[in-house]
Amino acid sequence: MNDEIPGSALQSTDIVDLFDARWSRRVIATLDDAAGVCRVECNPAELPAICEWLWQELDYAFATLVVEDSSETDRMLTYVFYKDADSHWMYVELEVDALSGTAPSIVGLTQGPSVDWHEREVEDLFGLKFEGHPRLGEFVLHEDWPEGANPMRRSFDARRRLEPREFEFEPAWQPPTIVAAPGSFSMPIGPVFSDFAESAHFLLETVGEDVIHTIPRFFYKYRGVEKIVEGQPIDRALLLAERFSGVAAFAHGLGFCHAVETICGIEAPPRARALRTIVAELERLRHHSATITGICNSTALAVATSQAALIEEDLLRLSCDIARHRYFFGVVAPGGVAWDLTEEQCRRVVAATDEIAARLGNLHRLLRYSSSFLDRLEEVGILSLEVAISYGLVGPIARASGVPRDFRKLRPYAAYDDLDFVVPVEEEGDGYARLRVFFREAEQSAWIIRQLLARLPPGEVRAGEVKPRAGAALAAVEAPSGAAFHWVRLRDDGTIARYRITPPSFANWHGFHLAAENFAFQDFPIILASFGLSNAESDR
Amino acid sequence: MANWVLTGLQAGIKTGVYPSRADEISGLSPGLPLGGSLPSDEEAEVLIGRCPAGAIARRDGGVSVDYGRCVHCFRCRADGKEPGVPWTRGYEWAAYPDEMATARNKLNHAFGRSLHIRFIDAGACGACMSEARQLNNPYYNMHRLGFFITPTPRTADILLVAGPVSDAMRIPLVKAYEAMPKPKRVMAIGACAISGGVFGPSFIASGGVSEIIPVDAVVPGCPPPPLAILHGLLVVVDRKPPSNLVSPPANATAGAT
Repeated sequence: MNDEIPGSALQSTDIVDLFDARWSRRVIATLDDAAGVCRVECNPAELPAICEWLWQELDYAFATLVVEDSSETDRMLTYVFYKDADSHWMYVELEVDALSGTAPSIVGLTQGPSVDWHEREVEDLFGLKFEGHPRLGEFVLHEDWPEGANPMRRSFDARRRLEPREFEFEPAWQPPTIVAAPGSFSMPIGPVFSDFAESAHFLLETVGEDVIHTIPRFFYKYRGVEKIVEGQPIDRALLLAERFSGVAAFAHGLGFCHAVETICGIEAPPRARALRTIVAELERLRHHSATITGICNSTALAVATSQAALIEEDLLRLSCDIARHRYFFGVVAPGGVAWDLTEEQCRRVVAATDEIAARLGNLHRLLRYSSSFLDRLEEVGILSLEVAISYGLVGPIARASGVPRDFRKLRPYAAYDDLDFVVPVEEEGDGYARLRVFFREAEQSAWIIRQLLARLPPGEVRAGEVKPRAGAALAAVEAPSGAAFHWVRLRDDGTIARYRITPPSFANWHGFHLAAENFAFQDFPIILASFGLSNAESDR
Repeated sequence: MANWVLTGLQAGIKTGVYPSRADEISGLSPGLPLGGSLPSDEEAEVLIGRCPAGAIARRDGGVSVDYGRCVHCFRCRADGKEPGVPWTRGYEWAAYPDEMATARNKLNHAFGRSLHIRFIDAGACGACMSEARQLNNPYYNMHRLGFFITPTPRTADILLVAGPVSDAMRIPLVKAYEAMPKPKRVMAIGACAISGGVFGPSFIASGGVSEIIPVDAVVPGCPPPPLAILHGLLVVVDRKPPSNLVSPPANATAGAT
């Protein structure tokens, strides 16, 4: 915190006074300036008012809900909010009884939808009831999961398989429908569909050509990562952090390592920080190229699809060439990175990113003049600014709807504080706006890589031995598809007590059904492709 | 109007040389550890302890690697320091899961140049699917070899399954398998689909596809690169010989990097 800036001084000291003035002794606010955190202990009755106040008057946004069983009898709920680099993280803490306690649902508030899926997930996995939530049950765990078994509870054994509940589909079963018009019917898509698609289910309510409403169903790929990681040592947990979402492996590995580094009080050396930034941007460049390939493919524009796919494969080959692995597995490590770039490789990366940026620019230009392509994207799958804010959407999707948040700017990590780049924002919130954001971010990524390679600091790439100690920390990184929050709690022997991953796809899939309303049937693949989201990342 | 025809022609032919010849371009594959002999038993123990996937085991004066478990963490790689094993750069990794099944596993020649593939994501991280998807890009262009992706299992000859099979994907996987016409084959791609990988077996995922449906061929890797998947398809239609699931004996480590 910089005390010379009046605004920041006001933030750090007066926030506690503000809490005191408003809630007197019913709420205890304390500051932890070293961690940049303001802790607010409250009771269930005050929670909704505090959250509404943070959203409405202090302009905070919801990040994640962390639930921890602090002992056999107590359970701690931490609602995390964030704002900008000059403001503290806000941890609103609520203690409930682990066995019989309930918490008030806050989904009915102005930005309540951003907490909706968190509450549903916690209800499913911990068995904690949120009073007043309109729709709890059967979310992460599907219908054949045994009633009453809550895998995230301490007493639940992560290795033991439960007998699936006897479950038979009734032949006469009909999906619940909202649309009541003559000739209306439901069109199920998934979980196995399309040529290459991740497993998810979409029920399209249609009256023939026009789809009125989409009911998505996710978590077919729930692998219980947050559960099976418990009790594992750091180096084993890192494998899971990298591999739960293979196409954003580096970003999530980095989030995990940041959290571990904060707990253990170590810092990656300057060269490692620069290398981390380079790899993170190469990953973003490849992720966005893949999304652009998907969008071109969804409109059946064959040449453009091929051109984008060539760029994607060239980036995969470059990654393997310089960092051993096509998806950057095994690159990041606590305290730095597990590999180094040679001078010769640096030159190769510079040449390759220049060439790829030029090819992407050319592709973008060609696409902008293809009216048949633009007709498919414009005014398709619109997400308004209001929805983006109330649903707490993140990343390129939110930025295409006018929300300029980006953790590389909000709270710079690695080497981002020292770089010149812009965060592209568009207003329309349609498929074309998202495509433009993907193109412009890819361009910025190439520019960041060039800046860093021009002045790559010399020296070590890894701080010494990681000495584990007990503690908890939250790290936020801007993964290719948006803000990812990694909460890690270590025991003193260095094993994981709790690892809460809040990936960007989790936030953004929640808003998907609002973009998939009242559209022509053939636009469904285009809307899906323009989101560029991962189910593996969301389902965990 | 954008001139896509001209753009396409200007790009020229990009298709690689595999399977006619070995493709030597760098960046095609992360490689796999080769195993081999080690100077001492202590060094073997260090390596076994360092492998988080449990893929390394003792064998005749050195170590062997189980490719069904290796997840490319590079922690056993000899990079000029301390004990380590050499890594191969290759990609012809596809193998039969058990030797008894060899004859059964081959599809007859009628499928040799017309094999229809249905991909199923049974809880994969996305990297295996991304690598399989690359087979459609101009570099690999698997259509030229008679391999086609089909949108439904009812017209598929082979299922390509990635992921450790999460509980919710069990029923869809079985239903897809049952919907396929005979003869049908199943290829498990990636460490998760072979052994459960870093995820399974657990309370919510199995320890590989073979626990759910019969598997005829496997492609190791985390993820297997596109050419390894292509090799697997060629093995299934008997156009390429299979590789082994366990690293070759110590004296056969030629070609290591």
